[in-house]
Amino acid sequence: MENNLLSIVTFMPAFAALILAVFLRGEDEAAQRNAKWLAMITTSATFFISIFVYLEFDPSNTGFQMIDEAEWLLGLNYRLGVDGISILFVMLTTFMMPLVIAASWDVKTRVKEYMIAFLILETLMIGVFVSLDLILFYLFFEASLIPMFLIIGIWGGANRIYASFKFFLYTFFGSVLMLVAMVAMFADAGTTCIGGCDVSLLTHTFGSETFSLMGVQIVGGMQTLMFLAFFASFAVKMPMWPVHTWLPDAHVQAPTAGSVVLAAILLKMGGYGFLRFSLPMFPVGAEVIGPMILWMSAIAIVYTSLVALVQDDMKKLIAYSSVAHMGFVTMGIFSANQQGLDGAIFQMISHGFISGALFLTVGVIYDRMHTREIDAYGGLVNRMPIYALLFMLFTMANVGLPGTSGFVGEFLTLMAVFQVNTWVAAVATTGVIFSAAYALWLYRRVVMGDLIKESLKAITDMNAREKWIFAPLVVMTLLLGVYPALILDVIGPSVSALVEHYDTAVAAGMTAADTAQAHN
Amino acid sequence: MTNDILLILPEIILALCAIAGLMAGAYGGQDALARPILWFISAALVAMALIVAGSSSTTLSGFNGTFVNDGFARFAKVVILISAACVLVMSEGYMKTRGLLRFEYPILVALSVVGMMVMVSAGDLMVLYMGLELQSLALYVVASLRRDSAKSTEAGLKYFVLGALSSGLLLYGASLIYGYAGTTLFSGIITTAQAGQISVGMLFGIVFLISGMAFKVSAVPFHMWTPDVYEGSPTPVTAFFATAPKVAAMALFARVLYDAFGNAVGDWQQVVAMLSVLSMFLGAVAAIGQTNIKRLMAYSSIAHMGYALMGLAAGSAFGVQAMLVYMAIYVTMNVGVFAFILLMEKDGAPVTDISALNMYSKNHPGRAFALLVLLFSLAGVPPFLGFFGKLYVLRAAYDGGLAWLAIAGVIASVVGAYYYLRIVFFMYFGDDKVDALDANRGGILGGFLIASAVIMVVGIINMFGVEGAAALAAATLVN
Repeated sequence: MENNLLSIVTFMPAFAALILAVFLRGEDEAAQRNAKWLAMITTSATFFISIFVYLEFDPSNTGFQMIDEAEWLLGLNYRLGVDGISILFVMLTTFMMPLVIAASWDVKTRVKEYMIAFLILETLMIGVFVSLDLILFYLFFEASLIPMFLIIGIWGGANRIYASFKFFLYTFFGSVLMLVAMVAMFADAGTTCIGGCDVSLLTHTFGSETFSLMGVQIVGGMQTLMFLAFFASFAVKMPMWPVHTWLPDAHVQAPTAGSVVLAAILLKMGGYGFLRFSLPMFPVGAEVIGPMILWMSAIAIVYTSLVALVQDDMKKLIAYSSVAHMGFVTMGIFSANQQGLDGAIFQMISHGFISGALFLTVGVIYDRMHTREIDAYGGLVNRMPIYALLFMLFTMANVGLPGTSGFVGEFLTLMAVFQVNTWVAAVATTGVIFSAAYALWLYRRVVMGDLIKESLKAITDMNAREKWIFAPLVVMTLLLGVYPALILDVIGPSVSALVEHYDTAVAAGMTAADTAQAHN
Repeated sequence: MTNDILLILPEIILALCAIAGLMAGAYGGQDALARPILWFISAALVAMALIVAGSSSTTLSGFNGTFVNDGFARFAKVVILISAACVLVMSEGYMKTRGLLRFEYPILVALSVVGMMVMVSAGDLMVLYMGLELQSLALYVVASLRRDSAKSTEAGLKYFVLGALSSGLLLYGASLIYGYAGTTLFSGIITTAQAGQISVGMLFGIVFLISGMAFKVSAVPFHMWTPDVYEGSPTPVTAFFATAPKVAAMALFARVLYDAFGNAVGDWQQVVAMLSVLSMFLGAVAAIGQTNIKRLMAYSSIAHMGYALMGLAAGSAFGVQAMLVYMAIYVTMNVGVFAFILLMEKDGAPVTDISALNMYSKNHPGRAFALLVLLFSLAGVPPFLGFFGKLYVLRAAYDGGLAWLAIAGVIASVVGAYYYLRIVFFMYFGDDKVDALDANRGGILGGFLIASAVIMVVGIINMFGVEGAAALAAATLVN
């Protein structure tokens, strides 16, 4: 079935960026306004078109849909498509981008380049979620580093150079090992098609016979090695403890809009990668390494929550809380059952809204006071009642209060991991308490109390633009909190197909590994 | 006999053009004619490229098999000719304002190109040496083109002394091979050099031969001359060094390894893989501390030769194809980057300090962006064409059973990314005290810069057919 809808959604922002780059001249007020409006219109239109994708999408079909393909070089194919796992990430991206552009309305320096960077970034992020060719995926996945590197480096805070280099080199290093594994997969399977074609990587079974490499027994063989190579990339991107240290730096130095994109969408690429590649393609590897990842996730949840507790920079605190929440995601994914995957995807989507909103709330007061120090604030509720209300809502959602979307994901993943490993579940559950501690304490220190600081006496409440940015996020957070079926119905069939595939593949692969073991 | 002459007709025509230029220059008032000669030679190079590209697609050999004209040679020749023409055209403005535009310059370039064409077509150790020396002698002279500069003459001398040493190594290896094979013809050597039964003397010969050629491609540990020569030579000459001779030397490398020793892959594979991995790492690490962009590009080219050698080490037709694609992409990127370096001027004097690019993007957003694309492409970051070059060689290495080499390659590419990012950092993130470079008119140089950047982006659609041409070329070399 020929269908160009996905290509249009993917490349429309890049096309607008090209128009901006070629036709827009000058740095004056009018040019800046044009750049902003063009970016706003394009991202809104992209969201509008992506709604058609969503409407055309049939959740009961577990295969890939709306496939758009063409031949490419090196025996690769240009191939786009969506399934139940990727469609919501596409929607999340197109939904967040207009808000991100609106949040950047006050940018004063190099507005044109700023908008170009974000538009190109949107194309690359959508591309990651819709590409059905291994190398095409890598292309989008890696290329998204470039605009983000520039966004942090050009429009970032005081220590932006260090943060941008760390961001780029850290994530680049994670990904190159994945590239080697991809080359190996290409050689082994003879195709780079991820799914939706006759011979695809999802149906191919990679070797899982245990062998020894330089004296080390590698249980699960090829699959384990490839799993580890992909893991290196996605764990850094996610980011998982202990390779999360680039994230706080990048978040703190990035401009508000950059932080929002980073937290809401870029981090989700790692989780999406686990779901798309690691779990279905290397099930035996996942089975071998999985228990360790569950423990790493539990450590991440507790450790980063404790670290968040002692931060004195608001953005850094939220960044560490992101790492903790991503811990729930990896925990859910590697529980490898229906609740776990449902919960992980739900958590990623909901975290996209919540953490995006939290970074925006920091942005609101940063724009006024130009500091992110928690100690510089206090008693904001006296001057900014609406702000206090919104901040409270998202703080509660971050804690995972029932009725907000944050609860559903955490609950599902905890339930899933409880079936697999009770101890991990027990440790991770304490993380929920810690998250309440740091989030509520942050809220108390910034918003509650008397307004005694001289510098805050003249602070104004949110203006209309800022309120409108938050409106959709409030709606989504509450809606998903009370009616999670909105997401679960869409992803359900694809997830259960994935779990089924995983279980049969693990059963078959493990038997093969055992027989090989017996032979040795 | 006539057939033989027809076979080397492009080489003969080019040599005649060079001689005609020499006559015109000598009798026509010295440097007054330098400009027309430069354009004449450039046109001749392009015309030869068209002739070579359009000539018959069969494998022909002449002079009793000492000169081979196959798809591989044609591919390499077209890349060499076009890149040499580009560099010549780019040189004009720079040479003219610096008073360096002597009529000998285009002629020497033309002669060294003739040498390169002979190199890639060599079917015999003698012809190989002849081509190599014709190329090298011309290059030694152009390196010291700026006669009144100590650095330039030092570059020429260094290049000459070390080049002579490497020629000696190569010649020694060739004589050993002749001694043990009884012939200098590649087609004769290949029957003697069978895998597993290669004699120790022959093995020594191969190693010496490889050492000599490694010097020409500036692979580690034979790279010492590169940074000094790159820095000391006038920038257009550096641009020339970084493009055409590298392609020729790499093609010669492939020619010898596959035409003469294609049956003994196992005997040289480890050597080439070692050269590759050392070059990649040294190029990546040593470039980090450089402040001069020409020296930086020297180390960058060492690293890139490492990646191209990775393709060769694979020991398969796909590996050769990967190497050719890599070299074609590499040359395109380097033409763009050197066009940019030639544009770097302050108060009319050339600047090569990287920190001079501080906030370059403020005054020249277009050029800065083009260089940004080229730098990310050089670093091998997708979605630019440079990434596909890396992907090709990685795949070739993996398929050839050299997974460790592929892993080493990607790790080196992360280290290498740092110094390319540093240039981006100066251009885009620097502090505001702008000591602006001259706002000179881009002209031809700007055109080359933009074109090369556009190719890096648009090329990912289908690589302009280079992929297929390289596959055909590789198939004629490796059976």
